[in-house]
This record gives sequence, C-alpha cells and structure tokens, in this order.
Amino acid sequence: MIALLIRDLRLAMRAGGGFGLGLAFFLIVTVLVPFGVGPESATLARIAPGILWVGALLACLLSLDRIFQLDYEDGTLDLLATAPLPMEGAVAVKALAHWLVTGLPLTLSAPVFATLLNLPGTGHIWVFVTLLIGTPALSMIGAFGAALTVGLKRGGLLMSLLVLPLYIPTLIFGAEAATRGTEGMANATPLALMAGITAGSIALLPFAAAAAIRVNLR
Amino acid sequence: MDLFVENLTVTRGGLPVLEGLEFTLRPGGILILRGPNGSGKTTLLRTLAGLQPPLEGSISLEPEAIAYGAHADGLKATLSVEENLHFWASVYGTHDIAPAVEAFNLKGLLNRASQNLSAGQKRRLGLARLLVTGRPIWLLDEPTVSLDVASVALFADAVRAHVAGGGSALIATHIDMGLEAGIFDVSPFRADPNGAPKVATAFDTDFEGAFE
Repeated sequence: MIALLIRDLRLAMRAGGGFGLGLAFFLIVTVLVPFGVGPESATLARIAPGILWVGALLACLLSLDRIFQLDYEDGTLDLLATAPLPMEGAVAVKALAHWLVTGLPLTLSAPVFATLLNLPGTGHIWVFVTLLIGTPALSMIGAFGAALTVGLKRGGLLMSLLVLPLYIPTLIFGAEAATRGTEGMANATPLALMAGITAGSIALLPFAAAAAIRVNLR
Repeated sequence: MDLFVENLTVTRGGLPVLEGLEFTLRPGGILILRGPNGSGKTTLLRTLAGLQPPLEGSISLEPEAIAYGAHADGLKATLSVEENLHFWASVYGTHDIAPAVEAFNLKGLLNRASQNLSAGQKRRLGLARLLVTGRPIWLLDEPTVSLDVASVALFADAVRAHVAGGGSALIATHIDMGLEAGIFDVSPFRADPNGAPKVATAFDTDFEGAFE
C-alpha cells in the first residue's frame, strides 16, 4: 500500500503528473474574483470564505478523472485487481494520494490566497481549519465518482455531474462554518456535520468505489 | 499448485463465448491456448484471473496463486524501468528485482524512463514483472507481441526456468516458442451465438410455449 502511495505521489510530481494544476486553478479563481465583483473590501471580505470554498472544490474536481483513468488505460488497474492488495485498500490509498497532491496544497495555500480577498485575520484560521476537515471528503467522494466512470471514454463530464451533488453538503457546511467563524459566531454545528461527512465518506466509500471498479473491469 | 477447470462457461458482454471448458494444469506444466482471433482466449484468461465471474462451472485455484500478464503492460511512462519493477515487487512483497532484470536483459535500461523504451523493450519489462510477483501460475495473453527472436528466446528460457521451479504457465499465443507444452485448442468449445442459452432465465420459463 505504501508502495502504491509513493508511486502515485512520484507520478504526480513528474512531468504531466498534474501536481500544481489544482493549485494554479485555485489561484486564478481568487485573483479573478476581485476583478469580477469590484474592489470594495467589505464586499470581498464578506464573500471570501464562500469564494475560497467554491474555488477549492472546483480545483479538486479538475483532477479527479486522473485518479483511476490513467491506470485503467495503461492496464495497471487490471494488474492491481489481480495483485495481493485489496481493491478497497488501493482505492483508499489513491484517494489519500489525491488529497496529498490536491487537497493539502489547497488547504495550506488558502490562508495566503485569502489575503487577495481581504479576509480578516480570524477568517484565515477558519478557512484553513474547514478546508483541512472538508477536503479529505472531496477526495474520497471524488475517488468514488472516478471509480463509477472509470471505463468510459471522456467520462469526465458524467463524473462531474455525478460528483457535484455529492459535494454540495460538504460545501454548504464548510463555507457556513468558515463564514460564521470569520464573523465570530458559534460554528460548532456545521463543523461537526462536515467532519461527520468526512468520516462517513472515508469509512464507507472505499468499499463502494472498489465494487464499482470490479464491475467496470469486467 | 494445480489448476482445475470444469465445465466452465465464460462470457463477454453478457454473451457466452466459450462453453464446457475442461482442462487441468499441474505444477511444472505449460499449456498453450490456441484459437482464432476473437475465439475468447483473452476472456478465458481474464475469468481465470478473477477479473470477471464465470457464467457456469468451476475453477479450482487460489486467486493468490496467479500472476496475470495482459495485453497492456501496466507501465508508467514517467517512471524508470527500475521504479516500475520495484513498485510491482513491493506490491507483491518480494523486493528483489535482480533476477527479473537478469532474465530479461534489462540491465542497461534500468534508469531509462519507460516512455523512452521501444515496444519490445516495454514488453520485456512487462514480462519481467511476472518474475517479481513470485507467483506459481502464470496466465499470459500474447506475451510475445512485438518481441524479436532473441527476446522470445529469453522469454522461453524464463518460462522453462519457472516451470522447472515447480511453477506452471497458461499461455495464449499464435507462435511456436519451442516449449515442451500441451496444446489446448479452444475452437471446439466456442458457444453458438444463435443457439438457445444453456441456463434458462426466469423469462424463458415463464414464457415457454407462449409464442408457438
């Protein structure tokens, strides 16, 4: 399993691996928003947590179809399915690799990019905390969506349509917790609900995704 | 480890392609699968590898005993030959890639990214993966595609060494590699695509005689 994780991380770092793709997209979104909505700092500060969450979610979505599609195309997925590694474990490891390559850099960079949106100081912490708790769910749900569409040519659009509705609860609770935290209000409830979604996804979705891959490999 | 196949029916796209297959593969044995293109050799190998369920019949074999070599080699273009082999070695928990490198003459290519290999070199790397799996039963689908004569000889030597060590191999191929092997022709087992299904569905029994 560690070998698979190291391999996925190494592939992401090599040329064409897609590391930094999500990060660059996230930066573009946060840079463009002030041009779009105007430079009033009060308006920007108010919408900043929501913008950061939407940007992180879309950046995450951008790289999802790579999770299994490349392995499917070059035959690795067939060979992994016959390897001693349980498919559930392989799915969980690949989702973890996706998070390390996409979700974690997004989380770490969000407080920096938040400056571009004039987010107040307390907001930086809450955007960081909510993304840290929420992005693992985005990677895991995304891995499930990618597993469902793995055999399809150009399945990216279908996968986005499948995954986006599943992302909405995480987005609502994440952005709500960040906004409330920024304004100094109690945000334990949305935070706990989002953490619940993350924990539930990590516990259940590897099994669902592994079953979907087995069906798609037939 | 023995491989027994009894009354096996394999399907592709939901339709049976081969029916009533029976054969046995014992340790030290090599079985060459023959049959025209599209006769279901790949489907049979995928079924034996556990990638798809059979429609009927039984396969007695530990899934942990097989190493499957498919048409695609499962190589990562941006990883070097050594990294590719090391990855599969650690997945199978073996870690020693030196014998595989030796057997397929990959020594000079170890640090080359696999995207810069020729088709034949990629195939050799794909076959070297079989050696690092350490598994007794090899299921190989057209292993000699794009190999030159010298590489085919290397491969034949690797198979001989494998079976001499108590392993066995089931190889779908069209060429003669000079191996001491049994030949299993799948043609007589081809399912009749227009024939009645052997397993009656609920629909068939419910509507039996209704359209006469």
